[in-house]
Amino acid sequence: MANETLKAGFDAYMAKADAASAKFPERAHLEPNRLYTPLDIEGFDYEKDLGFPGEYPFTRGVQPTMYRGKFWTMRMYAGFSTAEESNKRYRYLLANGGSGLSCAFDLPTQIGYDSTDPMAEGEVGKVGVAIDSLADMEILFDQIALDKVSTSMTINAPASVLLCMYIAVAKKQGVPSDALRGTIQNDILKEYAARGTYIFPPKPSMRLITNIFEYCAKYVPKWNTISISGYHIREAGSTASQEIAFTIADGIAYVEAAIKAGMDVDAFAGRLSFFWNAHNNVLEEVAKFRASRRVWAKVMKERFGAKKAKSMMLRVHTQTAGSMLTAQQPNNNIVRVALQTAAAVMGGTQSLHTNSKDEALALPTTESVTIALRTQQIVAYESGLADTIDPLGGSYYVEALTNKIEKEAWDYIEKIDELGGAPEAIAKGYIQKEIQDSAYKWQMDIEAGRRIIVGVNKFTQEEEPPKNLLRVDGSVGKLQADKIAKVKATRDNAAVAAKLAALKAACADEHVNLVPLILEAVEAYATEGEICGVMREVFGEYKAHTAL
Amino acid sequence: MANIKVLVAKPGLDGHDRGAKVVARALRDAGFEVIYTGIRLTPEQIAEAALQDDVNVVALSLLSGAHNTLFPKVVELLKEKGMTDVLVIGGGVIPDADIPGLKAAGIAEVFTPGTPTSKVVDFINANVK
Repeated sequence: MANETLKAGFDAYMAKADAASAKFPERAHLEPNRLYTPLDIEGFDYEKDLGFPGEYPFTRGVQPTMYRGKFWTMRMYAGFSTAEESNKRYRYLLANGGSGLSCAFDLPTQIGYDSTDPMAEGEVGKVGVAIDSLADMEILFDQIALDKVSTSMTINAPASVLLCMYIAVAKKQGVPSDALRGTIQNDILKEYAARGTYIFPPKPSMRLITNIFEYCAKYVPKWNTISISGYHIREAGSTASQEIAFTIADGIAYVEAAIKAGMDVDAFAGRLSFFWNAHNNVLEEVAKFRASRRVWAKVMKERFGAKKAKSMMLRVHTQTAGSMLTAQQPNNNIVRVALQTAAAVMGGTQSLHTNSKDEALALPTTESVTIALRTQQIVAYESGLADTIDPLGGSYYVEALTNKIEKEAWDYIEKIDELGGAPEAIAKGYIQKEIQDSAYKWQMDIEAGRRIIVGVNKFTQEEEPPKNLLRVDGSVGKLQADKIAKVKATRDNAAVAAKLAALKAACADEHVNLVPLILEAVEAYATEGEICGVMREVFGEYKAHTAL
Repeated sequence: MANIKVLVAKPGLDGHDRGAKVVARALRDAGFEVIYTGIRLTPEQIAEAALQDDVNVVALSLLSGAHNTLFPKVVELLKEKGMTDVLVIGGGVIPDADIPGLKAAGIAEVFTPGTPTSKVVDFINANVK
């Protein structure tokens, strides 16, 4: 009855507003409704749809206390040039209130090439730090106590190698592997679909991933074994719903692979973590975070029969949207990042990287990184956004949008199931095509003026080219070549050859867990290129098929 | 000029190809014949593809910072193969300070973030040989 009165009132309001809005055609095409009321969340059931923080379906957050316990981890993604340079940046960030490390590796490291490989030409030390052997990793974490800090490493195809290097450095510091905290990205499916740093074909890649799950469950129990990433899918141009749908579909594939390899779902699922993008539309992003937790909780409970609450929790790291930074009027990016930070915090992220204002132009300077870190601190301590849990819960708009994004995500997951799961959907080019279509639409909307980007297609101005950009010295390649030569001259080369031969033999037997063999090769100072090289010989390399 | 053929290519190890794909599609919608190589090609592979497909334009995209090494190398290899009248253009995260050097090395124009695709279309139409 109440709803009928409300409906009548709403209809009368709409008639009035429709008549008035004829005068304002410019804002008429926007996608959300003009106004949200209880009519938009009919059937809303607090206990079933939201529940309490730390309880199924975790819509309001994964911990009972959220930021009333402790703030999210302020984790700045950094790394460039040599291990020496990056170590300095890490220690600077930790000294300035950063609460975790996040390592960016250069592309040769991410694709399993030594700095001296012809394929590495021009790329050494450019987008991250160059790591060729354990010797570099020792320098990277020099004077950083690995039992005190948590470290995230953006490494995928060779994740096992870099994880082993980290374990080996910790051992030298006297820190046992079961004390280590951190994350490896280790998410190969989104590399095929959106990011591009794949090495091996899907089957051996999935084997390496389940080998890591298994190894860490035993020896590195506090380590997040994968960061299932929507970030790069969104950066490649997807919508918010596509970001969580494609990523959760990837997550389903990893869980299936581990179960198929004989693992119990509750033995590994609690160490799965996620990685979202914080994009420009603040309320849509908040709804996305909430919807994603609800979808994953249902997937784990209903599809996989998980019993432990931890297995059903979508814990997430977030990065503000790099692709939304503009090269024009770069100071405006500080404001964009602040709003994106607000979205991630109201969305309930567990950790956050904020981009720097100059990243549409180059890697960030120390000054701009400091502003980005301070942005998080201002949101945490001054804005009030972190003072109560899920502050937008119960908003008619945000609840309706959460439902809408959840529904769109389920529709995609169903479609991907029909195609045979995420690996098949990627092999068929379906996911790539959906992302590309969204990216093209976004660009065309900008060019047609349907979407406004301040400083790019409206409010533009003449400006001087920016000064003080960070430049990576071209000599890094040479420095790394010298280091590799030194390592090869001082290590026991016969031992290295034996470890590599053992690894190669194990690659051919799919029942062997490769991680212990990789660790032995790493500790003998085999280079990353040598280790990935023997795996390439057995596994072959992935060849992408590309369609427009 | 009928049937302008464009090779859109990603040299180096950088996998960010949102821009390359958007530009490729916009060029195709503008009536050009477009071939997209996919990611992670060596300059040699790109020059060879340009020769095999007998293209008029090579459009290079790179976001990793390796442009100063890899863009000029593509131009050099095209010259070696006798493709001196190919228009080579580039785009990506490229600091302004690097643009004069790239132009001197034979990159006809460099398009940085925020460029409308129509500007690339117009440039090709005005400069293709």
